[in-house]
Amino acid sequence: MTDVTLAELCIFAASEAFRGNGEIVATGVGPVPRLGAGLAKLTHTPELMMTDGECYLVEQPVPLGPRNYDDRKKAGYLPFSRFFDSAVWTGRRHAMVTPTQIDRFGQINLSQLGGTHKQPKTQMLGVRGFPGNTIYHPNSFFFPSHTTRVFVEGEVDMVSGVGYNPAKRIAGGNYSGVALKKIITNLCVMDFGGTDNAVRVVSLHPGVTFQDVQAATGFPLEKGDLVETPLPDADALAIIAQLDPHNIRASVIKDNPPAQRVS
Amino acid sequence: MLDKRMTAADIVAQLSDGMTIGIGGWGPRRKPMALVRELLRSNLKDLTIVAYGGADVGMLCAAGKVKKVVFAFVSLDAIPLEPWFRKAREAGQLEVLEVDEGMFQWGLKAAAFGLPFLPTRVGLGTDLAALGGLKTVTSPYADGETLIAMPALKLDAALIHVNRSDWRGNVQVFGPDVYYDEWFAKAAAKTYVSCEELVDRMEDHYPDDAQFNLFERCFVTGVVELSGGAHPSSMPPHYGWDMKAFKAYADAAKDPGDWSAVADRFVGATEADYLNSFGGKEAVAALPLPIF
Repeated sequence: MTDVTLAELCIFAASEAFRGNGEIVATGVGPVPRLGAGLAKLTHTPELMMTDGECYLVEQPVPLGPRNYDDRKKAGYLPFSRFFDSAVWTGRRHAMVTPTQIDRFGQINLSQLGGTHKQPKTQMLGVRGFPGNTIYHPNSFFFPSHTTRVFVEGEVDMVSGVGYNPAKRIAGGNYSGVALKKIITNLCVMDFGGTDNAVRVVSLHPGVTFQDVQAATGFPLEKGDLVETPLPDADALAIIAQLDPHNIRASVIKDNPPAQRVS
Repeated sequence: MLDKRMTAADIVAQLSDGMTIGIGGWGPRRKPMALVRELLRSNLKDLTIVAYGGADVGMLCAAGKVKKVVFAFVSLDAIPLEPWFRKAREAGQLEVLEVDEGMFQWGLKAAAFGLPFLPTRVGLGTDLAALGGLKTVTSPYADGETLIAMPALKLDAALIHVNRSDWRGNVQVFGPDVYYDEWFAKAAAKTYVSCEELVDRMEDHYPDDAQFNLFERCFVTGVVELSGGAHPSSMPPHYGWDMKAFKAYADAAKDPGDWSAVADRFVGATEADYLNSFGGKEAVAALPLPIF
């Protein structure tokens, strides 16, 4: 298994985030989360629902990259025009996304960096659906480059998604839908199972130490019952290859390193 | 019979400085770009633009037409950050109301129903309420829940590109996803529709497709046939987006970085000139539908 890549290990870890989620829409945005959701559906959690990335529900996850427009086999329909009614505002979804920043409360930012809201130093995408996603349904995150620029000290520049920050919560609001699950990075897997939902490292990728992770993080991390993140087995690797025939996963993590870190 | 036919110039002549204008579609998809280009050829200014934004928002900002943008994102999909919008934001030249995508359609629905606001949990626990001046309301029932009051996004006018219309404004809207065009139409005092194909009486031509009448003709003020009118955005099933054109448009934001130097390329003196510069309607019709 020495030829397993770190991206494939992350895909395998991402699929675990969707395990046993039931009949909800699994949305993986970006190659690793999307392959993770597809792998989950094709292995341990076939009841997951997912779209073709456009508007149709498919029972066979669509492969990444160029293919014929009508290759997808449509089983259902979930367009943007009814996405909030059906999936988001009913809580029937688990999304795995890559924000630009995340802080110790799990607050995320996709909107802007630096400056003011009137004049940001760097304008990014905008909050998109993050505020609604985070108050209504489970969310997980994938970061291909675990650094203190992503895992920031203090709070994110613009809070685009709800976290576990008591100071941000307007009194009387219903936050029962807030459910931050897993954070998967190029170094480790974390969750929000620490004290008062603090971020906690639960598994380290082969060759990575807790100190490595802490050094790349702008806030103190808690330590779970640390294990080594498992490598995908041959069946999982075959499914990943089938869902990513153009090997787009090789471009996700810088230099496409092997799963086993060489020190 | 009611005849709502207008030219694109007639439609733009109905708009005035300072208006709030909603633009249908989503990012680089189903955008009424020919109407946006006509607006770019006009002297209109100080507009408030309400859109699930793509190059429509980017171009209008670049051209200095915009006072305020109401948005959840501005993106060209494969080019995630709309470069001209980004430039305008980073220059601090825009007022903004940034909202979540779901709050956005909720605000259109409030406007459609003539309500001052609709309540939602979305926005709680984020910076949106403080930055946007959004207020809360308390449920008057036993639960006493605190909710964000998403204000109505009332539009003076909406611009929408559809697949077919007749002279009276009976539209037919196809494609796998019609986004929130229905609610733009209903949130607006006046809705102007451009279409790929205009017929005299829908019932004489396509009666079997009547279920694709996304919004009723009482919501349509004017119609104009502008085939290829969504270019460079996608208009399924007729054509896909023109990523090459978007790429050139995005590159121009870096070099030369000055809209007045490139506006001719991306707007054109007339719509016919514009389409000809991209190979004409035939070339647009041949653009493959996007793969997601």
